[in-house]
Amino acid sequence: MPIADRVAVRLRVNGEEVAVMVPPYKTLLEVLREDLGLTGTKHGCELGECSTCGVLVDGRPYLSCLAMPLDLEGREITTVEGMADGSEPDPLQVAFAELGAAQCGYCTPAMLLTARALLDHDPHPTRDAIKEALSGVLCRCTGYLKIFEAVELAASRGRRHG
Amino acid sequence: MLRLPRLDYLRPRSVGEATELAAKHPGAMFIAGGTDLVPNLKRRQFNATTLISLNALPDGRLVEGDIHHGVTIGARVTLDELARHEMLGSPFRALAQACGSVSTPQVRYMGTLGGNLLVDPRCNYYNQTYSWRKAVGFCLKKDGDICLVARSSPRCWAVSSSDSAPAALALNAEVTLQGVEGTRRMAAAALYRDDGIDYTSKRPDEVITTIHLPAVEGRMTSAYWKLRRRPAFDFPILGVAVAITWDGGAVREARAALGAVASHPVDITSFLAPLEGARPTEDLIAEVAEAADKPSRPLDNTDLSHYWRKRMTKVYIERALRDACGLEPLGGRLTAQVRAGAG
Repeated sequence: MPIADRVAVRLRVNGEEVAVMVPPYKTLLEVLREDLGLTGTKHGCELGECSTCGVLVDGRPYLSCLAMPLDLEGREITTVEGMADGSEPDPLQVAFAELGAAQCGYCTPAMLLTARALLDHDPHPTRDAIKEALSGVLCRCTGYLKIFEAVELAASRGRRHG
Repeated sequence: MLRLPRLDYLRPRSVGEATELAAKHPGAMFIAGGTDLVPNLKRRQFNATTLISLNALPDGRLVEGDIHHGVTIGARVTLDELARHEMLGSPFRALAQACGSVSTPQVRYMGTLGGNLLVDPRCNYYNQTYSWRKAVGFCLKKDGDICLVARSSPRCWAVSSSDSAPAALALNAEVTLQGVEGTRRMAAAALYRDDGIDYTSKRPDEVITTIHLPAVEGRMTSAYWKLRRRPAFDFPILGVAVAITWDGGAVREARAALGAVASHPVDITSFLAPLEGARPTEDLIAEVAEAADKPSRPLDNTDLSHYWRKRMTKVYIERALRDACGLEPLGGRLTAQVRAGAG
């Protein structure tokens, strides 16, 4: 039996149902970036070691470079493009911008989403809980302190302001 | 982009169907969390042309039972769930600690216990991209004909790098496998073979369905200690799991296993015999640990120097035993590497 060139995959990304025809061996990272044009999700090591490809699946951080789209049908996928509420950025995005918690910015989408998952489960995390939650995401610039401070600032402001 | 090879992706709806598909497609591999399989496939460490996903199965996601009757864990329960599961309290803490120390939080949300038990043994000459391996010269484990760690060796010395495997051995766990020829249940230790390539007795069509932790009589304590360069990320370069059952203040039975010192998890229970019937003092534990590192023979094929990993074996056995015996932890920088479960 020949290997299927393309299969139909139905995903729910940032609250929208999308259907794509993709090779079954494409990872979620490849489908997001190449088939859905959602290039906010970055590709780093592509081996599960740096987490810069992090997205949320049902509110939990997942590595899109290791996730197989066919297994994610029916699950809720959130990328950095889905964080803002219309023109209103997520409080984490505001705090990251205010405190300069991004240097090169490559890990920022994954940092934001991973921090979002943390705050949704623990609205007032300790510094240690923040470190633990973000420990998988490698900041290549080693700018972790400002990132921790930005998560704390966003936590102090609550879910959404305005 | 580092991409997967062309392959078919099948999603059976029952374990029976999964095993039949595996029997029908020689060379097919099962995928659950994918956190070990996908990187390895991207680096062309396997030749699979078919992946059989276990993620559409209706079962395998439950933890059932209690410490008095034994606990049954579905093979697809995630490492994150187990790291914080209330059922894995004091007696079974070593397994929770082991699962909570696997890689990063993201990997633990995806990775499963069944997958971690069967992590493909690792080696500095093997877990590399195809082009790296080609440039250096392929090794015995994949595409080559000599072992680059021990060039005259007829066998592969890739390192068993599972955190949960030594914990499973120390806790006397059993696993149930289902294949086309039926179901069998075996001691966790019997799942492993001392070979970097042929590292498991699981047949290609078999799926691990459940892991069983036996009922605890009386009081039991356990601990898992893990050594690695980066506490937030790395595979173990040494793992020590110990479990102790008690008669009052004396040890009734002490079991232990080492991870990442050989191609299989190594049972060192026989070295703990001096503890049995005794009250474990600091001196006795130090004496036992001094001798119990004998089976640890790390080679120069994982992170950090193998001399140091060998020297650290007795240190970590001592620390794990002290932990399980409720003694004060010894000081030192590496103490911080051990956390009781994940945040």
